[in-house]
Order: sequence, then C-alpha cells, then structure tokens
Amino acid sequence: MTFESKHSSYNWDEVKESIYNKTAADVERALLATRANLEDFKALISPAAQPYLEQMAAKSRALTLKRFGKVMQMYIPLYLSNACANACVYCGFNHSNDIQRITLTLDQVKQEIAVIKSMGFDHLLLVTGEHPKDCGFSYLKDVIELVKPHFSQVSIEVQPMKTEEYKELVDAGLNTVYIYQETYHKERYAVYHPAGKKSNFSFRLETPDRLGEAGVHKVGLGCLLGLEDWRTDSFFTAAHLDYLEKNYWRTRYSISFPRLRPHAGSFEPNSPASDRDLAQLIMAYRIFNPDVDLSLSTRESVKFRDNMMQLGITAMSAGSKTEPGGYAVYNKALEQFKVADDRSPEVVCDMIKAKGYEPVWKDWDDCLQ
Amino acid sequence: MSVLNLGDREFKSRLFTGTGKFASNQLMEDAILASESELVTVALRRVDLKSNVDDILKHLNHPHIQLLPNTSGVRNAKEAVFAAQLAREALQTNWLKLEIHPDPKYLLPDPVETLKAAEELVKLGFIVLPYIQADPVLCKRLEEVGTAAVMPLGAPIGSNQGLQTKEMLRIIIEQSNVPVVVDAGIGAPSHAADAMEMGADAVLVNTAIAVSPNPVEMGRAFKMAVEAGRMAHEAQLAQTGTVAEASSPLTAFLDEL
Repeated sequence: MTFESKHSSYNWDEVKESIYNKTAADVERALLATRANLEDFKALISPAAQPYLEQMAAKSRALTLKRFGKVMQMYIPLYLSNACANACVYCGFNHSNDIQRITLTLDQVKQEIAVIKSMGFDHLLLVTGEHPKDCGFSYLKDVIELVKPHFSQVSIEVQPMKTEEYKELVDAGLNTVYIYQETYHKERYAVYHPAGKKSNFSFRLETPDRLGEAGVHKVGLGCLLGLEDWRTDSFFTAAHLDYLEKNYWRTRYSISFPRLRPHAGSFEPNSPASDRDLAQLIMAYRIFNPDVDLSLSTRESVKFRDNMMQLGITAMSAGSKTEPGGYAVYNKALEQFKVADDRSPEVVCDMIKAKGYEPVWKDWDDCLQ
Repeated sequence: MSVLNLGDREFKSRLFTGTGKFASNQLMEDAILASESELVTVALRRVDLKSNVDDILKHLNHPHIQLLPNTSGVRNAKEAVFAAQLAREALQTNWLKLEIHPDPKYLLPDPVETLKAAEELVKLGFIVLPYIQADPVLCKRLEEVGTAAVMPLGAPIGSNQGLQTKEMLRIIIEQSNVPVVVDAGIGAPSHAADAMEMGADAVLVNTAIAVSPNPVEMGRAFKMAVEAGRMAHEAQLAQTGTVAEASSPLTAFLDEL
C-alpha cells in the first residue's frame, strides 16, 4: 500500500466542504486538544479559525519553543540547472519559455560552493529542473559526491526518482529530499502539468513512500500555495504527513510553504494565499504536529519572515540566489522566482540573534550518515 | 552529601546538563556554570569535529566540566559504534552518552540496538551511559554488559512531563549496582528533587533550563533542587502512610495479659 490508496479514499469536494463548514466550537476544541488530529487541523485552517489567530500564535510559539528551543536552522539553495523538459504552466523553468538554459559544470559548482561556504553555510540544498540528459541521476550523484566533503548536510529538490536511485544517493551522502506534490487535486494536476515526466501524478504522489523505503533521513513535503484551494491542498499535505509518520517512522519530516510569486511566464494564482492565510497555515501545522520541521524560504518578505520565525518556523534560508550560477559564476541569468528577502545571511543572522535565537549552521555529521 | 563515583571520576554535582535549545552559546555557558554541573552532554551532530575552534566546545572549556558526547541522530547499533569512535578521536574522551532513537518524533530509545551497541562499546573501552526506557530488565542487562550507569527516562525527551515512569524507576533504583541517572522529561526542579529523594544517583536536565526565560536562574534552581533531594535521601525521608496512629495503643491489652 502507498499513499495513493489513502489519497483516493478522499473526495476533494467533500474535504473542501468539511473544512469550510468548521465552526468556532471546532476551532476551540482543536486549540484545547492535547494532541490535535486531522479534523482539528481542518478546523485550524478553516475560515472559522480566522478570529483565533492570536491564540493560535501563542500555542504555536510555545510548542515550538518546547520542542526546538531558541534556535533556527540555516540552509541555502544551490540552483544547479534550469534545463527542464516539463511544461508546468506556473513555472519559469517551463521548457517552452524562451530563456537561456544553464547547467553548471562540476568546476562551476566548485566556484559556487566556495562562495556559499564563505557565507557560513553548512547545510546545502541542491535544486534542478527535470531534464534527464542535462541534470539527471548520474549528474546529481556526481554533484553530491563533489559537495559532500564541504557540507554536513546535503539535500535535494529535484525530479522524483526510483527507490534504488535514492539508496545510491544516500550512500553518496544525501540526507534530505524535498518533493512537493504541487496540488493533490488529481484532475487539476493534469491541467497544470500537461507534458513531460511530471505529468505522472501517481509517480510523484508515491515518491515519499519510495524515500521512506530507501532510508532517506528526512523528507520535505508541501504543496504550491495558490494553484488550487490552499486549505484543501494543505489538508491533503497534512494527511500525507500523518500517513508517512505512521508508515516510515524512522524518517524525519519537514513542511515547506512555496507560494506562487511573479516570474517570467506570468502565471496568475488561482487561489492566492494572503500573508494572513499563510501565517494561519503555519501555526495550524505546528499545533497539529509539534515535531515536524517548518521551513520558510526567501520567497517571503522580510517582515513576514522576521515575525513568523518566532511562531512555528524552525528552518530558514538566507542570501538565496534562484538562478544557476547566481553566487559566483553568472550574474542574473534567469531566476525561477523572485526572492522577496534579499538580505545577506549576515544580516538575517543578526536579526535572529536580536530576537533571542541562535542560528544553527550545523546539525548533522558525516559520522551519522 | 556524598560524592558520586561514575566512570573514572568523582562528581560533586549530581546535576548533569545538556547543551541544546539555548538562545546563544554564551547563555548556555552561563547557565551551565550557574548550575555547577560537571558532566555536560553535547550532540556530535552540532559540533564541528573537523575544526578545533568549534564555538559550542569553546564555551564548555572549563576544567571542572567533563564532556559527554552523545550519538543523537544514529538509528542503529552500527551507526552508533561508528559515531562513537569518531567522537573519541576528535574530542579525546572515551565518555559517551549512547542515544539510539530511530523514531525522530518522540525520540524514544531502541532497546535492542542500545544493548547491542553498549556491549560493543564497552569492549572498545568506552565509558558508556545509555539512554533507555525505564525498563528494569533492560537496565540489568546493560549493567551486565558493563555500562558505567543507566539513564532511564522519566518521560519523552523535551516533554517536561516529569516522572511519568516513577514506579519503574523505583524498581530500577532498587535493583541497580551502577548509578541510575534519570534522563529526559524532567521539567521542573521539583521533578528533579523527587527523583533524587527516591534515590536516583543523578539527573540530566536540558530543555527545562534552556527554554526557560531565565536559564541562568533556572540552572541555579535545579542545582538547589538536586542537592536538596539528595540530602533528603541521605538523611532518610520520614515514612509516609495513610493509616493514622491511634493515640490509645490498640495492642496495650497484650501487656496486661
């Protein structure tokens, strides 16, 4: 059994209706629960919870402090390639977009990581589009082997792969895999992903199962906020997390909150999530699951990040460049998305310290791999 | 108050502390110094073993502090033994807090892998302090393979729930020939005092100090609670009972016979 059978036991419209039918009493019950469940999560992300943001923030903050303490994990993405054979209608890397395609050579990767190391980072996230020829499995393996001696923790956010491939990458030093379903609405998924390998909804949906089987240490989930109703998609993400925790109990999990931003292909979000919505969602996750990592990227604004870091978030990137070669090799090729927080890692760290938190650069070691 | 003999050392303080979750390494150092703790555990994953200027270690560099590297992050015995050997080499200590919690959610220890690793690490010359469930039989098995102490949990790590496993801890303390260190779950000085009054040899506290709005004061509070609890244990606590003693003796008639 994989998550697909669980997924198909739900009906999107019914889930959506039950979220929107939640009442203030449901929200109050969720806030008082010792251990919130999926129904409580629905209540916490529902419109009925909007007047309760202050209570949610207090609870989310307290739970995060207790479980994670006054620390913030620091990571940085390294875009390796913008070559892509997919046709995701919302993405700047869409193969039909007429942009300069770049895949970094191993020598160029070395130049990039020299700059990244000088900023202080020890946790690295490798990002590519999906292009089997330019940046497929063997390219990624080469890059992981190249960067591993320089970083305690190496993560990837790339195309879904096979179990055996993940096992090989773990042996090469891979720690974490981020794989976002984009949307759990199967029919609408087909509209957003009309061509390329990514059009296979099930293969993507079952990826975390394969990651669990492959023994990947940490798995990052998420949906692309703005595509479909963000509340319903987030419920499915939480249900996915719940399923994975029960079935792959040795794996650690993380949730990210990619929100659609303006980009070269100019795609208008169908169901935009406001800052207030996103804050509600982050706090709902924390109350639902006190142990999951919650990560916030530089897609979000300075003010939003500086405040949410105390209300549930446990990992932040800083100084990110979202184009291949952005740190050293090229200047401004073409970004996947615009960063909203372009402060240097040093400035972000000063902010974290000023809030009474310790930035954590290293939280893994080769001896544990 | 008696000193604690553990491994190859004597400890005046029976409060062991952790280094995670503090708002800064300076605050961590200040709190640990205020607690007068002499055994401080640090996660291998957090220190830079390749560098000799790691910031966490720099703040723990005091002659009275014995470092206790821990293996948090390993998922089985094989990984634990490997990590322990690297730690010994890099940190120049054979002290080790053996933590094998393959479950990243509640961080509950794996008894099977812990016993396996403990046996091997003792043979390799480590002073092994295993973090384990409050399981009296497992504690005896660990003692048999030669661990320097046993570290049963009071409640899940970081939960601040206190001595949820109290009845099992009583049995462990009663049966043990090695020091019993109550680890995890201690959320308040009163929990620590309670464990010490019961006869625990020491307690390990991290979250309750680190996450307090005033870690230095909290470190001091735990020091006092641990000392009070130990002193009370050594002075022997008054018996408690639910049956009142009758003021006219019930058996006085026996003298009249």
